[in-house]
Formats: sequence, C-alpha cells, structure tokens
Amino acid sequence: MDLSFVILVEIFYAIASLALISAGLAVVFGMMKVINLAHGEFMMMGGYATITAVNLGINVFVAMLIVAPLIVGVIGLVVERLVIRHLYGRLVDTMLATWGLSLFFIGMATMIFGNTTTSITTPITGFAVGNYQINGYNFFIIFVSVALMISMYVLLKTTRLGLIARGTMQRSDIAAALGYSPDRIYMATFFCGSALSGLAGAILAPLVGLVPTSGGAYIAKAFITVIAGGPSLITGLISSSGLFGVVNQIFTFGISPVFGEMALLVIAVLLLRLLPEGVTGKFFKGKM
Amino acid sequence: MSSSWGKQDVAAIIVALVLMWSMPSLISTYTLTVLIIYGMLGLSLGLIWGFGGILCFGQAAFFGLGAYTYAIAAINMGESTIPMFLAVIVPALFAAFLGVMMFYGRLTDVYLGVITLVVTLILFKFVNSTAGPQYVIGEARLGGFNGIPGFHTLNIPGQPEAYIWGDALYYVCAAALLFLYFFVTWLLRTSFGRIAVGIRENETRVSLMGYDVRARKTILFSIGAAIAGLAGAFFANWSEIVTPGLFSLGQSAEIIIWCIVGGLGTRFGPIIGAASLAYLKFLLGQQSLIDNTLITGIILVLFVLFLPKGIVPAVSSLLKISFGRRAIRKFGNRRTSRRVGKING
Repeated sequence: MDLSFVILVEIFYAIASLALISAGLAVVFGMMKVINLAHGEFMMMGGYATITAVNLGINVFVAMLIVAPLIVGVIGLVVERLVIRHLYGRLVDTMLATWGLSLFFIGMATMIFGNTTTSITTPITGFAVGNYQINGYNFFIIFVSVALMISMYVLLKTTRLGLIARGTMQRSDIAAALGYSPDRIYMATFFCGSALSGLAGAILAPLVGLVPTSGGAYIAKAFITVIAGGPSLITGLISSSGLFGVVNQIFTFGISPVFGEMALLVIAVLLLRLLPEGVTGKFFKGKM
Repeated sequence: MSSSWGKQDVAAIIVALVLMWSMPSLISTYTLTVLIIYGMLGLSLGLIWGFGGILCFGQAAFFGLGAYTYAIAAINMGESTIPMFLAVIVPALFAAFLGVMMFYGRLTDVYLGVITLVVTLILFKFVNSTAGPQYVIGEARLGGFNGIPGFHTLNIPGQPEAYIWGDALYYVCAAALLFLYFFVTWLLRTSFGRIAVGIRENETRVSLMGYDVRARKTILFSIGAAIAGLAGAFFANWSEIVTPGLFSLGQSAEIIIWCIVGGLGTRFGPIIGAASLAYLKFLLGQQSLIDNTLITGIILVLFVLFLPKGIVPAVSSLLKISFGRRAIRKFGNRRTSRRVGKING
C-alpha cells in the first residue's frame, strides 16, 4: 500500500518534471518552429541565477519563481535579437546556431562559476510514508507544473494576447496583414520561452548539483518530449510527458534507473517511427 | 566538366603527398595522427550530409561503435586485421538497420535528427552503465565509465608482434584518409553518387523518376557509418583506450561543426574543417585565459550567421572571381544555402 503510493507519487513527479523541462522548448518550437538547442543551458543559467540570488540573501522561492525567469528571459531576448532573428524559417540553421550558443554559455558559466558543483538545500523537507521516505519537494514540482499548464492554457485560450499568439502561430502572414508585427510577437514569445526554461532550471536546481554542463542532461529529454508531442502545444506536452514519464518510472522501479532512461529513449524512437507527426498529429487534432 | 577531373585528382594527390611528408616537421606526428582521424570522421558526415542531405546528429555513435568493436575484437583475437574489418562492418550494419527503420518510415529533417541523437544517447547511457563484471563479451570487459584499456593495437597483417605505432601509424592513417578521399570521389562519380545528390536536391522528383530513394539513402547512410567506424578503429589504436565519451553529444556536435566550418557539399571541406578546428582546440587547450568551449560556440554561431557555406566553397569562389577564368555566377534557384554544393568541390 505504502509502496504503491510512493510509486504513484514518483510517476506524477516524473511526468511533472518532464512537462516542466519541456515547456520552454515547446513554446518556442510550437510558436516559431525554432528548435532551441541552447534550452538546456538556459535551464542551467536559471539554476545559477537562483543559487547566486539565494547566496545574496534573497528568499529562495522569490529567487526561483521571479528572479531566475526574469534573468534568463532577458538573456533569451538578447540572443533572439542578435542571432535567432536572422535565421527564422531555416530550421537546421537555427538548430546549429543555438547549438553554438549552448557551447558558448557552457564556456561562459565555466569561466564565471568554475567547473565545480554548486548547490543549495531543498527548501521543503521530506516526510515518511510507512517505511518509505518521500521528498516533499516533489509535490512542489508537481504543483508548479500543473499550475504552469493551467495558466498557459488560460493565457492562450482566453486572453487577447493568447489569441494573437495563436493566430501568428497558424498564419504569421495573415497576422501581419491584420497589423500585428510577427517580429515583435516572436520576440515576446522567445522571451516567454526562455523565461520558462529559466523557471524550470531554477526549480530543479535544489535537486541536482549544478555544473556548467548540467544542461546537456535536459536537452535530449526536452527535445524528444516536444517532438513526440507534435503540433498542439499543451495537449502534446501533457500526452507525451505522460507517456514517457510512466514508461520511465515503470522501468526504473522494475529494473534500474539506467534502464528507465533507456526505455524512455527506445519508446521515443518507436513512437517517432510510428507517428512521425507526433502524438497530437494523429490524435486530439486541432486542440491546443 | 568531365575533362577537368583528371587534373583535379592529380593535384589532390600531389597536395596530399606534399602535406603528408612536410607536416611532421611542423606538428608532432602524434597530434597529426588524431587530426587525420578526425578528418576521416569529418569526411564521413560530409558524405552523407553534404551529398546525401541526411543530417545525422549521431555520427559519433558510429565512431564510438567502430572503436568499441575494434577494442573488443582485438582483446578476443590478439591481433588487429580482422578487428579492423569488424570495426567497419559492425557500424555499417547498425546504420543499415537504423536506416531501414528511418528511411522506410519516410522520416525527414528534424525527426531524423532526433532519432539519431536519441540512439547516440541510448548507446552512451548503455555503455556508461556496463561497469559490472557481468558485462563481458568474450574476454573483454566493457568497463562502463572507465572504458576498455589495454587491447592489442594495430599490427602488420599476419604478424601480431609487429606493431604499427608512432610515425608508422601516422603514415598508415594518412594513406587511409587519402584512400577514403578517392573512394568518396569515385563513389560520387558513379551513378549512385549522382542520384544521391539528386535526392538531396529534390527527393520527390528523384523518386518519381523511378529510383528507390529509401534504399539508396540507407546504403549511403551505412557507407558513411562504415567510414566513421574505420575512423573509430584508428582512434582506438591512437589513444589505446576507448571510453563512453566517444558516444557523447559533444563529440557529435563537433563533427557537425567541422562540416559547417569546412564547407558542406565538398569533399575537402569537412577534412580541412575537422583538422583545423581540432588543432585550434589543441592549441587553445594549452592556455587557460579563455574557455575552450566558449570559442567553439562562437565559431559555430558566426559561421552559421555569416559564412553558412563554409570555408572551402567561399575560398574557391573567391579564387574563381580573382582569377576570373570561370567567373560565371552559380545556379540561382537552389533551395537552401545549406544544401548547396558542387559534386567536384
């Protein structure tokens, strides 16, 4: 009984963290068809921003939820203006340029923070369920992830801003003809996407020892979750992270964490082979 | 253009031989050997990406697979000739399997990139986790994160005690690169190579002409993997240890950067790009003022932004303009600059 509760929490945690990791990438890819391979490094910078802010005496939740997203969002804005703006519509080139950016940021972080592990303590303590210990922070991640999905849905579905964003996503030329500058919208979108990456990195920072190359651990997972999710932003994100999270945890508990990771990757390959348009390319068509 | 082929080939051989004999006086042969091996690796991706239009994010997978195959086979056999062959065949078969899965599913562009990337990651994670004594192939322990050291290195075929190392290994690698260069040249001049370039330019049109695009892409993909596997086997001989780092994403990234910087759609570009960037990295590794990765990143970004065709096409068009013999503007309506390239660049 206790074990099944623990497994259930772990499964929800796996799904929530996958969705959180992929949200920033999904926004940028879904809206602008830009694959940001520096996504992992944006998360890494979010983590460093949090740790630095906490060390300066800022409350840890303020640092995670406000400071880190803002800082990374601004970095994203600069990157968009300097590099990515020139490469819209050239999918492979943007991938390569952002890959270069990711190397650049790794180098930058190594020079500033050094090639050592930095970390902060988890702000929420764990508790015991029967014979098992559960990390209380897992619930915080699940909570943030759910809140994020709901607020993204509300923002896109009900506000005028969301309407404009969705319109640009479908036909940027028509949006431009109606008087909305796609350039501005893309800029804002990239800011939001980067801020989300920063948020994800900040929230996961207390769980991992942060090194400049930490981003590499996230990028592949985020990448496959977004691609497997397909064209619909939120439905795709939830369905693919749901699938991958469950598979990952089943194999983690059944065999070992390494097999959990490998099972996730194998499922991803099979899924892409069977549904090359992603889950929402086939099911839930036309949803958000 | 067919009349100029002979002249170009002779020039390439002369340049290659001169470089082969003169370079050791500038750079130590130990460093040169690895530059040449990276050149082979660059050539392998240059072939499938530059001429086949297949963007493979996982060329490092074949490189690592070649190195591991060699190491494992060499430990079990105690000599190097058959392991070298295996190191070419195993990656080629693996690529053929992967290619059948991808190309017969008509996956393109990003999806291809994701799958090759994911497969590299799977291999990396798997090899990394094989530290326990239960992971044994024959007499070879896979060794997990620590890799496999102490295998039999390259020897003269039939004489297991006559090792090829140091300067000799350099000349063997250089000769192998020269051979591969002409193999690729030959391949691109056959109808197979010409159709491969056709597929790169317009896949639908070629398949409507009645060619089996899927089979051709698969074959080209596994040829590229075979070359990468051979490079891996040489690398294993050079470093005398194989580690999971060979499969890493960073390694894959570097191969792609070499191709971009050198110039896609040329045979020479990726080799030049690989050798020069690897040497640059070697030089930068000797100073501690600026981080190495940072510079690699800046180079990639700048090239994508300002010189997306790479060095070799840029230099050769510059030469053509300045010497003016054939200063005809090149074809106008190519699809993207990334895929542009001549057959005999």
